[in-house]
Amino acid sequence: MTYTDEVLVLDDVTKRFGAHTVLDGVSWRIGPGITALLGPNGAGKTTLIRIVSTLEHLDGGRLTVLGHDVVRERRTVQQLLGLTGQHTAVDGMLSGTENLVMVGRLLGLSRLDARRRAGELLDQFDLADAARRRAGTYSGGMRRRLDLAMSLVRAPRVLLLDEPTTGLDPRSRRALWEQVRRLADDGTAVLLTTQYLEEADALADRIAVLDSGRLVAEGTAAELKAGAGGDVVEVLDEHGQPSGALSTDGTAGHVASVLRSLPGTARVQVRRPTLDEVVLQLTGKDAA
Amino acid sequence: MTTVAVREPLATTPPVRPGVLTPFTVFVGRSLRHSLRDPEALLMGIALPTLLMLVFTFVFGGAIGGDSRAYIDYVTPGIILLCAGYGAATTAVAVSRDMTTGTIDRVRTMPVPGVALLVGHTVASLLRNLFSTAVVILVGVLLGFRPAAGPVEWLAAVGLVALWILAITALFAFLGLVAGSAEAASGYGFILLFLPYASSAFVPVATMPSWLRVFAEHQPITPLTESIRALLAGVSPGGDAVAAVLWPLGVLAVALVLTAWRFPRTRSRLVH
Ligand SMILES: Nc1ncnc2c1ncn2[C@@H]1O[C@H](COP(=O)(O)OP(=O)(O)O)[C@@H](O)[C@H]1O
Ligand SMILES: [Mg+2]
Repeated sequence: MTYTDEVLVLDDVTKRFGAHTVLDGVSWRIGPGITALLGPNGAGKTTLIRIVSTLEHLDGGRLTVLGHDVVRERRTVQQLLGLTGQHTAVDGMLSGTENLVMVGRLLGLSRLDARRRAGELLDQFDLADAARRRAGTYSGGMRRRLDLAMSLVRAPRVLLLDEPTTGLDPRSRRALWEQVRRLADDGTAVLLTTQYLEEADALADRIAVLDSGRLVAEGTAAELKAGAGGDVVEVLDEHGQPSGALSTDGTAGHVASVLRSLPGTARVQVRRPTLDEVVLQLTGKDAA
Repeated sequence: MTTVAVREPLATTPPVRPGVLTPFTVFVGRSLRHSLRDPEALLMGIALPTLLMLVFTFVFGGAIGGDSRAYIDYVTPGIILLCAGYGAATTAVAVSRDMTTGTIDRVRTMPVPGVALLVGHTVASLLRNLFSTAVVILVGVLLGFRPAAGPVEWLAAVGLVALWILAITALFAFLGLVAGSAEAASGYGFILLFLPYASSAFVPVATMPSWLRVFAEHQPITPLTESIRALLAGVSPGGDAVAAVLWPLGVLAVALVLTAWRFPRTRSRLVH
């Protein structure tokens, strides 16, 4: 068995749909823990996840999962991965238990083991009460949790989550974060995509920003904030609340000239940019 | 630098492979559950055969044959095939639904042959429609249908029905694969559902205008109806039997080739 600190290695990964280059030579090393791939709609996040999970072909470059090539060792890679796609893949006509047992049986568990594992997962994801109900009657949050549980039947070593909390209310979102954290603590490497900075900030050990098929930044949240752009001059209203923000390149001269452009009576504070502002600078778009 | 960072697979979950047949039985079970839990499918399976038998026997039977009892013997095979068409058409919707939700993605990322999903839908459709066939025959008998077939003829007749169901189900599964939506998938089935009306299923081809007659004599439903009718009457179907076997085999072969070509290229249609 390979012991490695490199979970995914992308080397010049390229993907085109017709004339449209969706991933433009992405090179990226992803280690253990939780990694967030952040980017606006259409950046290529789903495409990247689908290539890792063997659902799309590469047009160029190389990609390995724990040292196994996604093209040449497709079956091995599939054994290592769990995927929760952007659209939930639960069967609404089947109960929670039946959904999980079906996946267990397809993965080679005996009927008995599949039932036992289903029971464990239903407990773990707070679905025990709804176990016998059809998944079609579940709320969005419950469906998402069942979907996640279905990706975990065989305890994958690498979990891919494509916008796992999109469309969830804040409470369900927090509950799902908690589950993902627990999985990561147990040693599952997690790659998740998100449009929410808050989510990347709260969950991820490392964050990468994808924009139009290119990786434009990579690092911890603190590194990203420190690396990109300079301090922000924030203008405050009479209640001390921020009413506007002006970005600077971080040099004393630029900050001073920005301050001079404001009326002398203006109340201001100078601070580090938020992750939001960093991503806005990097991509020229709002992430959300 | 090398660190022990990503844990090994859990000891409780060794990398076993499912048995060769397991994916097929699992998906057949799933599709059957779908059928049993879908009120529309159940209605289609029971009410439609019953209603069609009643309508054809009492409404058209009197007008066409003069004697509705005699017409039952004539029309039962046609109604079996008509119901099979409607029943098989639901396969297109079921397959299309799997392609437009995340289901196909989940299956594709598991170490099982993806076609097992289609086989599940097909086998379930076969069982569902054989059940409808039984309903048609049962209602027919209640209304006065008196088949003269012996065990061999029964077996042959049911075999022909099953072969035809299999063939059009495979074709509808392919349509479900290529249709953009479940609605479009069911729309494509129109032509197949129309076939029995332009055949000897309900009226003898001799009564048709010559252009329609040429069509009726060269499409699968006519030799199938004639053969099943003969078998149920306890007589030999003669030359019709050859066409009645070759047509479904041909349709099946075309459907399987098209599916084998198309399925690996099918992406889930909810990617973005
Ligand atoms: N199957 C496909 N065929 C054609 N274009 C696609 C396909 N999948 C994705 N795209 C295009 O690729 C780009 C990136 O899409 P996607 O990976 O879904 O982005 P994201 O998940 O970041 O929103 C988009 O412009 C999208 O329209
Ligand atoms: Mg996406």
